[in-house]
Amino acid sequence: MTHTLGRPDFDVISGWIEPGHRVLDLGCGDGTLLKHLIETRGVQGWGVEIEDANVLAAIGNGINVIQGNLENGLDEFADQAVDHVVLSRTLQTVRHTEGILREMLRVGREAVVSFPNFAYWKNLRSVLDGRMPVSEDLPYQWYDSPNVRFFTLLDFEALCDKMGLIVRERSVLDEEGNPVTNEVNFLGSLAVYRLTKHR
Amino acid sequence: MSGQSVGAVQSQRAHFDQALHLRSGGVLPAYDLVYETYGRLNAAKSNAILVCHALSGHHHVAGHYADQPGNIGWWDNIVGPGRPLDTDRFFIVGLNNLGGCHGSTGPSSPNPATGKPWGADFPIVAVNDWVHAQARLADRLGIDSWAAVMGGSLGGMQALRWSITFPERVRNAIVIAAAPKLSAQNIAFNDVARQAILTDPDFHGGHYYEHNTHPARGLRLARMLGHITYLSDDQMGAKFGRELRNSAFSFGFDVEFEVESYLRYQGDKFAGQFDANTYLLMTKALDYFDPSRENNGDLKATLARSKANFLIVSFTTDWRFAPARSKEIVAALLANGRNVSYAEIDLSFGHDSFLMEDAHYHGVIDAYLRNIKL
Repeated sequence: MTHTLGRPDFDVISGWIEPGHRVLDLGCGDGTLLKHLIETRGVQGWGVEIEDANVLAAIGNGINVIQGNLENGLDEFADQAVDHVVLSRTLQTVRHTEGILREMLRVGREAVVSFPNFAYWKNLRSVLDGRMPVSEDLPYQWYDSPNVRFFTLLDFEALCDKMGLIVRERSVLDEEGNPVTNEVNFLGSLAVYRLTKHR
Repeated sequence: MSGQSVGAVQSQRAHFDQALHLRSGGVLPAYDLVYETYGRLNAAKSNAILVCHALSGHHHVAGHYADQPGNIGWWDNIVGPGRPLDTDRFFIVGLNNLGGCHGSTGPSSPNPATGKPWGADFPIVAVNDWVHAQARLADRLGIDSWAAVMGGSLGGMQALRWSITFPERVRNAIVIAAAPKLSAQNIAFNDVARQAILTDPDFHGGHYYEHNTHPARGLRLARMLGHITYLSDDQMGAKFGRELRNSAFSFGFDVEFEVESYLRYQGDKFAGQFDANTYLLMTKALDYFDPSRENNGDLKATLARSKANFLIVSFTTDWRFAPARSKEIVAALLANGRNVSYAEIDLSFGHDSFLMEDAHYHGVIDAYLRNIKL
């Protein structure tokens, strides 16, 4: 199965975003996802990015990018300014987990969150073998990883429950990006969630 | 440095007979603007960029004069073939604002009512007055809409004002090291600078030209104070530290520390070439700048009129117009759903960073300008 720009979660996210929507992508990197959404879904988009090189690349890609640190919140953005706030493969790098989730649903009607599942069976096997996992979705060594939070699908859903966030949709993918429907916490390598505050 | 200088340039003069009614209630019955252009205006007249100057700037943005090879434009490092403001692609316009002292009509120009220099009678000019004057120059040059209006500091404020006053005539606004309005601290610094000039015995109520003198002491102090606010504490520390010109304390009031030597040199240099009345006018234009005033302080409502795309740039060590001030502009633009990018550049030169050559900073400007459709 081929995926958009080699990122299976991008296909899932694209499918949840309607044409013409306003999208905010947190940790937007060089703006690849936003560019894709602008070109294929006709959205208006902004990204937030901390790294100089990525800010430069995003501007070069013609993407609206606001340089800033997600740990400091999203003060520049008004309440309910956009339809979707996306946080793809970044939540595990953010220290203030609850803070950023709250901010996402303050600024956006919906939050879209994708993250690597640390309970994926290959990750568990790796730990059982005595080594920290390195995989398609966890492509770092323990000593150079930007990840500061290690959690599973079940952990995330428990936090959503505690925070009163509603899971509207969930898509779980294996390492090849194929959908997983059974034993997701064990067989899923990457999870994508669509959250709202109100039913 | 990548790219090349534009080389030898010439300044030009445009005379305007149509009176300009100023925000202060004053009227300039006629006026001149001196300006320079670099590159070629394309057939569609869609590739023009206006570069607005800051407090002490002028129309000589880039290149040098054939008879003065050392007189290099104040933003030469960003303008030229292969540089971010690429003269192979863009037509760049720089001008000296009204009230200036580099050739455009200002306090040292003759007042048509008296035949003597305007002096202190020159009307107070506001940023929006400059924008209107600049629009008339654009008309003269056949430019309906700018590909971009840009500037640093007070120049950035002009770019922001353009996007509000003439939303149809600005496709991109690049606002660097600016603020949506001055803080009390900013105004306080400006007033100390003005007081230094106003209380100089050589000021003569602003009519010093008639006394063949000028308030050099006041202007020198004003510049020394201003200079402190343009630099960062870190940069001053790194550059001068507590270095002494001689190895031991001399226990007197002559120049001892290197930083004193530097500031006095800067002050003397400036006082020898700048006009004190212009300095007063420029600082007042800064103090009065607050486009949100038209909407009871609601910058979001004011910027709702803008239609341009925006690039906002700030510098981490700028404490005169700190990054938080730029973010106020960003927030108001985002609240209006505008296309806006914001870069916070880590450079050590304080407010003056906007004039420096830095690969990342210039890369950001270059990347943004490359995406402008002509």
